[in-house]
Amino acid sequence: MGDRRTVIPFGPQHPVLPEPIQLKLVLEDEIVVEALPQIGYIHRGLERLVKVRDFNQMVFVAERICGICSFQHAMTYCLGIERLMNIEVPERADYLRVIWSELHRVHSHLLWLGLFADGFGFESMFMETWKIREAVVDMLEATAGSRVIISTCQVGGVRRDISPEFLQQILKLADDTERKIKAIENSVMNDYTVKKRTVDIGIVSKEQAWKLGAAGPTLRGSGVKWDARMIGYAGYKYLNFEPVVETAGDCYARTKVRFREIFVALDLLRQAIAKIPSGEINVKVKGNPEGEVLVQVEQPRGEVTYTFKANGTKNLEKMHVRTPTFANIPAFLTMLPGCELADVPILALTIDPCISCTER
Amino acid sequence: MFGMLKPVLKNGFGKPATRLYPFVIREAFDNARGKLEIDIDKCIFCGMCQRKCPSTCLTVEKATCKWELDPYNCIICGVCVDACPTKCLSLNKVHRVPVYVKENQINIGKPPVKKTAAKEKA
Repeated sequence: MGDRRTVIPFGPQHPVLPEPIQLKLVLEDEIVVEALPQIGYIHRGLERLVKVRDFNQMVFVAERICGICSFQHAMTYCLGIERLMNIEVPERADYLRVIWSELHRVHSHLLWLGLFADGFGFESMFMETWKIREAVVDMLEATAGSRVIISTCQVGGVRRDISPEFLQQILKLADDTERKIKAIENSVMNDYTVKKRTVDIGIVSKEQAWKLGAAGPTLRGSGVKWDARMIGYAGYKYLNFEPVVETAGDCYARTKVRFREIFVALDLLRQAIAKIPSGEINVKVKGNPEGEVLVQVEQPRGEVTYTFKANGTKNLEKMHVRTPTFANIPAFLTMLPGCELADVPILALTIDPCISCTER
Repeated sequence: MFGMLKPVLKNGFGKPATRLYPFVIREAFDNARGKLEIDIDKCIFCGMCQRKCPSTCLTVEKATCKWELDPYNCIICGVCVDACPTKCLSLNKVHRVPVYVKENQINIGKPPVKKTAAKEKA
């Protein structure tokens, strides 16, 4: 049997992945037997920058760990520092953080859906989803000033307020987006080709997903009801929220989780806008952080955890980031054995990989 | 199988989703963060912007009254604008344009008039 094996390098440059990761795929004919990952192509050492930048400047560094879930990175960082310094964030800032987080989730899932459709040649779906996403990104620019990296989070609250007119516009955007996504729902979720490429492929069982430490839609697609938003950080403690869970554990289930999560995010947006109180958006921060803390936040790709160690100076002693893609790589490697070579790009996309997050 | 038929027909006969850039340019949003600008006459060269800047793109020299910006290192976060005590910094809506040669933006101002000296004169 051994002499029939071939090793094929998948990446670091591959058409379906805009970022570099390499998988050495051991094949027997067309079937994958084993996959060996290799990361480290774009390590930037951002965690090390805590020694150079002070804790307020680091918000913007943390934000740049990922381009798509940037606001959630900044928010996680700020939540951690606020917990270390016992800062009570104004309620309005909590709500504004939810609004920007959920807008990021909607645009991230739409971006993923487009890339996923593109991964198996469904070009028209790629264009449709990115067309819908454009309105969401425009709304981020209109409310925060930038399209993707919005730089509105700071230790002690947020830096910009959203006016009532813009809140109404976000409500209208939520309705429009929901209508447009429902119009394409049938073409994505009930399409023969999509089902052929996704159903019963890359199955991860509930036990495997939990044991391997999978996060986000990869975990929930396998039937584990866990979403870090259930902890009730920021404004989520004021909102009704039920995580989206699918039980099949295959590519289709993970797609469905993300698809349904867009509607949940839009619902959270509506709830947040209905309940948002008036008042201050930030508090003045005095002193330096001290102690150790771990913070969890649900990003579009899954749960991110930040660990801080501070010694009472303006520079943190240590910061460690565990990103969802890093957590999902073991689950991804268990999906691969037994699948066909042509399915590897689809499987890689169903964990929504973000390599720049993973390598930091 | 025909699920995409409706959007395809709509896209085929409807108006295009994209603009004919550069002939049609979308107006920048009022809140947009485009480019950092300084009113150098109001600057007192305190260096607060330089200390707060997360990307270290600003250099302020009090002795020579020089305020220097590396616009290609600037992340346009607006921290300097918030921190400026005299509010001489601002962000305009228009984005930076591409260039062939990257040069720093150097502004030379006048030494700030001391408050005590101004009071004596009065």
